Amino acid sequence: MADAPKAKAKKIVPTKNPMPAQDALERSRNFSEVATGYTKETAMAEAQRCIQCKNTPCRQGCPVEVEIPAFLKLAAEGDFAGAIAKIKEKNALPAVCGRVCPQESQCEKYCTLGKKHDPVGIGRVERFCADWELSTGVNVPETAAPTGFRVAVVGSGPAGLTCAADLAKQGHKVTIFEALHVAGGVLMYGIPEFRLPKAVVQGEVENLKKLGVTIDVNSVVGKFATVDELMEEGFDAVFIGTGAGLPYFMKIPGENLCGVYSANEFLTRTNLMKAYLFPQCDTPIKIGKKVAVLGGGNVAMDAARTALRLGAEESWIVYRRSDKELPARHEEVEHAHEEGVKFALLTSPTKIIGDENGVVKAMECLKYELGEPDASGRRSPVAIKGSEYIMEVDTVVVAIGQGPNPLVPRTTKGLEINRKGNIVASTETGATSKAGVYAGGDVVTGAATVILAMGAGKVGARSIHEYLQSKKA
Amino acid sequence: MYKILRKEVFSPIIKLMDVEAPKVAKSCRSGQFIILRIDDQGERIPLTIADYDREKGTITIVFQEVGKTTEQLGAMEAGDYIKDFVGPLGEPSHIENFGNVIVVGGGVGIAPVHPIARDLKEAGNNVIGIIGSRNGDLLFWEDKMREACSELHVTTDDGSYVRKGFVTDVMKEIIEARGKENIALVIAIGPQPMMRACCNVTKEYGLKTVVSLNALMVDGTGMCGCCRVSVDGETKFVCVDGPEFDGHQVDWAELSKRGAYFRDEEQKSKEMRNHTCKCGCGGGK
Repeated sequence: MADAPKAKAKKIVPTKNPMPAQDALERSRNFSEVATGYTKETAMAEAQRCIQCKNTPCRQGCPVEVEIPAFLKLAAEGDFAGAIAKIKEKNALPAVCGRVCPQESQCEKYCTLGKKHDPVGIGRVERFCADWELSTGVNVPETAAPTGFRVAVVGSGPAGLTCAADLAKQGHKVTIFEALHVAGGVLMYGIPEFRLPKAVVQGEVENLKKLGVTIDVNSVVGKFATVDELMEEGFDAVFIGTGAGLPYFMKIPGENLCGVYSANEFLTRTNLMKAYLFPQCDTPIKIGKKVAVLGGGNVAMDAARTALRLGAEESWIVYRRSDKELPARHEEVEHAHEEGVKFALLTSPTKIIGDENGVVKAMECLKYELGEPDASGRRSPVAIKGSEYIMEVDTVVVAIGQGPNPLVPRTTKGLEINRKGNIVASTETGATSKAGVYAGGDVVTGAATVILAMGAGKVGARSIHEYLQSKKA
Repeated sequence: MYKILRKEVFSPIIKLMDVEAPKVAKSCRSGQFIILRIDDQGERIPLTIADYDREKGTITIVFQEVGKTTEQLGAMEAGDYIKDFVGPLGEPSHIENFGNVIVVGGGVGIAPVHPIARDLKEAGNNVIGIIGSRNGDLLFWEDKMREACSELHVTTDDGSYVRKGFVTDVMKEIIEARGKENIALVIAIGPQPMMRACCNVTKEYGLKTVVSLNALMVDGTGMCGCCRVSVDGETKFVCVDGPEFDGHQVDWAELSKRGAYFRDEEQKSKEMRNHTCKCGCGGGK
């Protein structure tokens, strides 16, 4: 282990160590991970950039409260085992977070070094530590003595996994019920392999099992049993983290034509079912020469980049505002640009046109200009009269957002639901209108980020623990 | 893993399996379906529940070999395991005492219609069953259907068993003989063209007709929207809003086109299965 003299840690290194990545053109045609990760040496060098400032503002930007300077200090010394143990005190999915967290708007946004220079690449060092552990063998964190309480966690996405890990560490017996055949939720079906390798997700899931968490896949709560029935069967509390699994459509003519996919379907076929390996894997996906992805968020970027990798000659983002309003992370937009994704901005389709077999052949689009700011503070798009034109496309992916999956909300008695179908739960505690039932993540907030869902999972676990303690008393 | 406890071969292409799936068997109701995936490379396919035994914890499925997955499933035997088996999915059939109900099962559709007929009879209906198939060799469960229905009519397209005629011919005869005002409801399950034909007949008589749709699906829980179908001009998901719908409201042309979208890939997949070489192409898996 190299030693890092304290004096050396104070020396300011203004720029972040770059993240090695596959060449843009080459990677746009394969499903291997885009960012290949730091080496041990770069990880140490990047961690050494942290000046270990006293007020640790980075921590306020982390929804799961990781002790960032502490783990960076250990990583700077080359003590990766110590560093990952420190991270895992708070974060059950470090290999995931190191890859998909929007660090630029969280921890790194508040980094003291970042005021004048590049912030410390916190996420990159986190990723290295997590990968290091996954490749060298995992240390299972200690768990408290069994409490005898049983908790059901519905959904194994980021909220559910985090909640389950925290509860298991406190000695509660946790069972996760997952509707699909594999755990991970959106980490498995939604986020593409080239951004988040599925082996990494499964590595994290295996770690969770080592904590004693039971994962029942192929178990659709609301169908094989309701939340009420789970509680009757002996679960003392329930956490609902079923995500935003209901795809929205534009409600324009032609949306049910062949070749029109929801982003969920497009990504699920490709990621979860591995359609990019067809026919070695049985699930097919059909991709045209020219693909239009409707929407401008992270999911839209994922779909547009996936389309190129599946063999599309052209992949277009069609978005009705300008590039400044794109809701996707800056880094994702940049990656899409580098890989050759094209952007039709200030544009929105009015109808999708099919051929005699009911297969997409074109879209009629309308041009937009930006008007006054709307409720979200973004300038709202206004259609330009008479600007209709035909865009020839043979695949359309609708990526305009997702709502909460209604299966659990609809079948749970006494659970308050809002107008949009989201479960009403306190942001401070995750408590719902039903005693013993907590909820968090996209099913409460609407589609957001992995890390916010993890934060909600953490909050839910803390409240459930308190609830169970009070039950004991 | 889900164990196949029993296999029955109705014909070279129609087979039955009892699968150990206690969680599904405990809560399923007639009209619902399951999704299975044979192995790690497998696709997820929906199959309507043909029967269940809550005590033994089993689900009965009946399937016709039409593509790669159903052929692979058909080659499995009792004692083998299916990797994934999830359910019950979809909404159960609406069961109440309607009066006289015609229940039609065409081909492999005899299987899913069976528990519905049984429940309807139990609810006090006079269940007039009609089952049919292309020929006598493809017909199955005549005995079970006779028990589930108040009366049963059997027909074959080629006349090789009982009588010649389509199920629609028999249905028309019954409606004519008894009067359309004496029929409260028609339930028709089978291949798409058969359900569509039934709807065309009942529409003339103004008889409400419930069909069970088989659309392409991936997750089966309302997440992907692959199974969307237009019903009365509105987009519905077969997996969570169905699988049963008012057949007179279904956009059959759209459903049939959507169902055919992956036909080339399905063919390729099927060919790969029957192709054995050692070149590493994945054939003969």
